[in-house]
Amino acid sequence: MITIKNLHANIDGKEILRGLNLTVKAGEVHAIMGPNGAGKSTLASVLAGRDEYVITEGEVEFQGLDLLSLSTEDRAREGLFLAFQYPVEIPGVSNVNFLRTAINEIRAYKGQESLSAKDFMSLVREKSALVELDSKLASRSVNEGFSGGEKKRNEIFQMAMLAPKLAILDETDSGLDIDALRIVAKGVNQLKSPDNAAIVITHYQRLLDYIVPDFVHVLYKGQIVKTGGKELALELEEKGYDWIKEAHPTV
Amino acid sequence: MANYTEENLAHELENQEYKFGFVTPIDADTIPIGLSEDVIRLISSKKEEPLWLLEHRLHAYNVWKTMEEPNWAHVKYKKPDFQSIAYYSAPKQSKKYESWDDVDPEMKATMAKLGISMEEQQRLTGVAVDFVMDSVSVATSFKEKLGELGIIFCSFSEAVQNHPDLVRKYMGTVVPTTDNFYAALNNAVFTDGSFCYIPKGVRCPMELSTYFRINAGGTGQFERTLVVADEGSYVSYLEGCTAPQRDENQLHAAVVELIALDNAEIKYSTVQNWYPGDKNGLGGIFNFVTKRGICHTNSKISWTQVETGSAVTWKYPSCILKGDHSIGEFYSVAVTNNYQQADTGTKMIHLGKNTKSTIISKGISAGKSQNSYRGLVQIHKSAKNARNFSQCDSLLMSSECGAHTFPYIECKNSTAKIEHEATTSKIGEDQLFYCKQRGIGEEKAIGLIVNGYCKEVLNQLPMEFAVEAQKLLTISLEGSVG
Repeated sequence: MITIKNLHANIDGKEILRGLNLTVKAGEVHAIMGPNGAGKSTLASVLAGRDEYVITEGEVEFQGLDLLSLSTEDRAREGLFLAFQYPVEIPGVSNVNFLRTAINEIRAYKGQESLSAKDFMSLVREKSALVELDSKLASRSVNEGFSGGEKKRNEIFQMAMLAPKLAILDETDSGLDIDALRIVAKGVNQLKSPDNAAIVITHYQRLLDYIVPDFVHVLYKGQIVKTGGKELALELEEKGYDWIKEAHPTV
Repeated sequence: MANYTEENLAHELENQEYKFGFVTPIDADTIPIGLSEDVIRLISSKKEEPLWLLEHRLHAYNVWKTMEEPNWAHVKYKKPDFQSIAYYSAPKQSKKYESWDDVDPEMKATMAKLGISMEEQQRLTGVAVDFVMDSVSVATSFKEKLGELGIIFCSFSEAVQNHPDLVRKYMGTVVPTTDNFYAALNNAVFTDGSFCYIPKGVRCPMELSTYFRINAGGTGQFERTLVVADEGSYVSYLEGCTAPQRDENQLHAAVVELIALDNAEIKYSTVQNWYPGDKNGLGGIFNFVTKRGICHTNSKISWTQVETGSAVTWKYPSCILKGDHSIGEFYSVAVTNNYQQADTGTKMIHLGKNTKSTIISKGISAGKSQNSYRGLVQIHKSAKNARNFSQCDSLLMSSECGAHTFPYIECKNSTAKIEHEATTSKIGEDQLFYCKQRGIGEEKAIGLIVNGYCKEVLNQLPMEFAVEAQKLLTISLEGSVG
C-alpha cells in the first residue's frame, strides 16, 4: 500500500522527520505512538501534502505511485485520506455539498460519472448511521458549531463516504469521551477490509483497545525507533517513553 | 438552485476571463464630446422632452458646476475629464420599436450573448426585462401582461412621455437634484433608465429586471431608475450590468430612487459586473452611483447587491425609514481583485417609531485591491424604539490587499437598540488544505469557501440571480489566493 523510505522533512528550517522508514500493506492497521514533538502529526501532514513542510530526502511509494510528486488533491483522489486532528470549519458550506463536491471531483478524476443526487443521499444515510451522526449534522455547515466529538465523528463519516485506500487518523481520539471513542472506533473497524489500510496516530493506548493494530511503532525524534505488536502499546502505557528515550539518546 | 451543482460551476469556470468584454458593431448616434448647456438642450430635444424636464436638467447643471468632486471615499483614481466624455449615445434606429420583431438582429445577438434572450424569457421564465444599451432603453418585455394589472414598467423616457405626472411627482423626492456631485451630474445629463409603478394592493407577479449595458467607447452612462410601490403593493426588481473591455475608464453615474408607500414592499437586487479593468489596473468602469429609497408607514425596502465589477465603485444604497414600523435591509457582497477599489455600504436613516434596519455586508478583497465598507446608522429623536443590527465581515485573499470598515453610528434617541458586529479573516490555508485533502481542487475549493462565506447575502437573491452571482464570485477570484 505505502512504503516510506528514509524520509526527511523540515519546517522553517527545523528538521522534524529524520530518516523515517515504514511499510504498510493492504489489510493492515498500524499504530504510531510517541512522545510530544516526535513528528507524528508532521508525518501525517507530509503524507497528505501540506506545503509548509520541505522534504529534503527520501521517497514514498503509494500504490505504485510516487506520492511526493502528486498534488494534495491528487493524493486524496488516489485514495489517501487524513482524518484531521483539528477538523476545519467552513462556514456556509453544508457538509452534504462539501462531500458531494469531493466525491464527484474524485469520480471525475477516475473518469467516472457524477453520483446522482438520489444515490448520493442514500449513501449519506447509510454512512451517517455508521458513526451515529445525526442526519441534521449532514446538512449543517462543515464542522461549524460542532462539538469536539461531533467533529471527530464527522471526520470518520467523511472517511466512510470517500472510502479511501489508506486512512491516516491523526489523534482522532484526542478530546473524545469514552462513548464517542467507541463510536469512532466502531466506524473505523467496519470500514476495514483486505483492500485498505489504516495508520492510526495516537498518544494513548486506550484507542487501541477498540481499534486493534497489527503493528505498533514508536516514533521518536523523527524516526521509528521501535516496532512491535499490540502488546508494545500496553508496555508504553505502563512504562511511559523514558525507556525509549534513554535507549536512543543520540537519535 | 437545487439543480445547480458544483460541476456546473466548474464548467462555467473554463471561461475565466471577463466574458462580457465584447463590443457590438452597431451604428450609434453619438453626440460630440463635452458638456455645456447646449449639450443638455440637445439631449433634451433628442428625447423630445417637456420643458419642465429641460429646466430640471439646466438647474442641476448650473448647481453641479459649482460643486466639487468629493474625495472622502477610500479610493484613488484619476478624476474624469468631464469635457472629454460623450453624454449621449444611442444605438441607431430608423424608428421606434413597436414590437420585439423590430429590434435590430445585432442587438438581439448582444442580448443573447449576455444571457438575456427576451424571446425565450417572454415565453418561459416570467421575468420582465428592460434592456438599456448605452444611454437608451432598447426593449421592454411583458409590457402588456403587466399592463393588465395596472403595472407600469417601461423605459424612463417612455415614462416621461406617457406618465409625466407620476414621474414629476416622484422624481427627485428621494435623491434631491443636487444631493451630491454625481447625482447632480446625472440629473443634468441622464439619458434613460427604467421606470416602474405598482398600483395599490398589487403584487407584481414576476421579477422585473433591467439589464444595463455600456457598448460605445468614450461615452458615459447616466441612467435613472425610479420605482414606486403604491400602498400595499409588492415588487421584486433586478438589475444587471456589463460593459466591454477597454483601456479607458468609462464613467457610470446612475441615480436610483425607490418609493415604498404605506404597507408596500420593494426588493431591489443588483448584480454589478461592469468591466473591472485588466490585471494591471488598466481601464474599467468608474461606478459612482446614488441609490436611495424611502419607506412610508409599515413598508419595507430591501437592497441586495453583489458587486464584482468596476475599477472603482462608490455607492451606498440607503433607506430613509420615515414611516412608523418601516423596515430597511441591506445585504451586500463586494468583491475586489487585482487593482479594483470599492467603497460601498449603506445609510439607514431612522425617523419613524419602531423602525428596524439590518445590514449584512461581506467584503472580499484579493490581489492588490482595496475594499471598504462605509455605513451610517442614524437614529433621529423621533425614532422611538428603533432597532439596527449590522454585521460587517471582511475576507482577505492575499497579503497585498486591504479591507477597511468605516461604521458611523449617530443616535439621538435613548430607546434605540443598535448592534454592530465586525470580523476580518484571511482565507484559511487550513480551509483550502482541508478541501484539497478531500480531493477538491484549489479553484473549486475557493469557490466553495467564498460562496459559503457569502451565503447569507446570496440567499436573498432571486434564484436565477443567485446562480449567476455564485459563478461570478468564483470567476472574479480566479487564481487570487496568495
